[in-house]
Amino acid sequence: MSSIADPVAGTSLSDSKAAAPAAPAIALPVTGERELRLDLFRGMALWLIFVDHLPANILTWFTIRNYGFSDATEIFIFISGYTAAFVYGRAMLQAGFVVATARIMRRVWQIYVAHVFLFTIFLAEISYVATRFENPLYSEEMGIMDFLKQPDVTIVQALLLRFRPVNMDVLPLYIVLMLFLPVILWLMKWRPDVSLGLSVLLYALTWQFDWYLTAYPSGFWIFNPFAWQLLFVFGVWCALGGAARMSRILLSPVTMWICIAYLLFAFFVTLTWHIPQLSFLMPKRLEQWMYPITKTDLDVLRFAHFLALAALTVRFLPRDWPGLKSPWLRPLILCGQHSLEIFCLGVFLAFAGHFVLAEVGGGALTHALVSLAGILIMWGVAWVISWYKHSADKDASKTKRTGGNADMAGGSV
Amino acid sequence: MRRGSGAVLALSLLAGLAAAGLARAEDAPQACEVPTYLLSTESLLPRVTDAVKNGQPLTILVVGSRSSTIAASADSAYPAKLQAALKEKLPSIQVNLSVELQPGKTAEETDAALVKLVEAKRPTLVIWQTGTVDAMRSVDPDDFRGAVGEGVAALQNAGADVVLINLQYSPRTETMISAPPYLDNLRVVAQQHDVPLFDRFAIMRHWNDAGDFDLFSTVHGPDMAKRVHACLGRALSKFVLDAARLDQAQQN
Repeated sequence: MSSIADPVAGTSLSDSKAAAPAAPAIALPVTGERELRLDLFRGMALWLIFVDHLPANILTWFTIRNYGFSDATEIFIFISGYTAAFVYGRAMLQAGFVVATARIMRRVWQIYVAHVFLFTIFLAEISYVATRFENPLYSEEMGIMDFLKQPDVTIVQALLLRFRPVNMDVLPLYIVLMLFLPVILWLMKWRPDVSLGLSVLLYALTWQFDWYLTAYPSGFWIFNPFAWQLLFVFGVWCALGGAARMSRILLSPVTMWICIAYLLFAFFVTLTWHIPQLSFLMPKRLEQWMYPITKTDLDVLRFAHFLALAALTVRFLPRDWPGLKSPWLRPLILCGQHSLEIFCLGVFLAFAGHFVLAEVGGGALTHALVSLAGILIMWGVAWVISWYKHSADKDASKTKRTGGNADMAGGSV
Repeated sequence: MRRGSGAVLALSLLAGLAAAGLARAEDAPQACEVPTYLLSTESLLPRVTDAVKNGQPLTILVVGSRSSTIAASADSAYPAKLQAALKEKLPSIQVNLSVELQPGKTAEETDAALVKLVEAKRPTLVIWQTGTVDAMRSVDPDDFRGAVGEGVAALQNAGADVVLINLQYSPRTETMISAPPYLDNLRVVAQQHDVPLFDRFAIMRHWNDAGDFDLFSTVHGPDMAKRVHACLGRALSKFVLDAARLDQAQQN
């Protein structure tokens, strides 16, 4: 299998410097080195998403959604926007709108194919369960399998991204966001702050008028693209110089204390979900104002929680932190560097994990082992992909003009 | 050398998996205990309390979808078990219980029927199990919340106490039905209207984790369903008595 990671990414230092004066509106970070923090946190997000997709077990307690409002999805979408802007923003500056759009569309097609592939595996699992599982306790819930009686409609709807099983919502969201990336980048090239403002406006209008995309056979998209675009566009904005311009705000102690206070507040609130005995401490009025904290429409509280986490991370984890090179973080970084493949693998492993738990039994130990095994497999596969890229495909890449630097800025899921 | 240790690791992992599987296979006794916090609530059931204290009959109406019954053996489902447990704990009180299934209906579709049912039966307590159909049809969670809220308000206006019951924990369909938004919104409605919420989902998950029931298993036949419902009925009776603050009064 050839690499899915986009081979466009790599450019030399001098190229980006040459391009910068041509477009003063946005500034691409000038780096000679890969931004390992992005890989690290994207890898972490991939692991957390995998663990969150499995039935709850001991490892679930290590996922951040238990300690605050936001979860790994926010990290994933933000970093995706950031790296996509990094890769394709450069393409747009150097090769122009048409070429950049063409490259983005190729990427969209890859993600789409990956989604359809996952759907096929999902269908196999579901069909198996539907024919084998007959617990009268769940006769009502098993009615959900009725869609198998109409494969003609279901499969077409799946190809149209309107029929999506649980846990398969992130890639369709990502496909839609990437489809609009050319326009986003084009606007950013013009006026980055205005573009971000438009994104906030769309977010606000979505909340005001309750816009959403419908799904098949009923319902709506679990991740509302009209709302989640805010995080993606914010990632793009940060990558194209926004982060640098914000650095003074990010480094101010006031920001730091606001972030810490908000994170503590969020932690306390989530604590009352897990320890209901504490819920009497929550003022009723606060509860009524705050709940529900919707994930579908990317609640402001979630967005703010992500911002606070990101601000503290940037502050306390500098780009040149030596720990980033430590072998202990290597597995995470490796996974983050091949995110589309590892994301798909994670979704597949979550299906497989459900399946193993169902067949073998559902003890706490088995649950934890399945999660752990999945993470080890993700690491192993990331290592193999990386080996392909650096060793097995070396001869091939020599003939390309990308100069063997293909994953410089990462594949952009 | 490294390859060898990898194989040992893999083997021991497999052995662990197999052992866990065997441990599950021996059927644990159905203790089905429920942690206290899942059976206690701040919200009250004043009409139930009054009825019991005054020695009046307790009329309970259970409204729910198909998970409130067991096909072909409704007598073993949790409503019947609830009635039996209440009769046992309140020997001097007459406990009438009727079940009105609304199979395949969302909360919004059930709303219309609720008021009529209450007018016809004049229940002291309505136990409303909802959310499953809405989750299966992925109804907009906001609409779901609105519909449940309206239904609860209508029931309260009609003079009945209300207990809400959420979805079943159904691990086999977890990859198909997204329960969390509906669980969250039911909790919100319960808070807003100060109504006790019987957390069936958390209770069943607790049983699964604690090994009381293996809810993943592909059993055929209704035995397991009956045992789960018996436990649910008993837990629900404790929950209702707690909400009505009748723990001490039950000897009266």
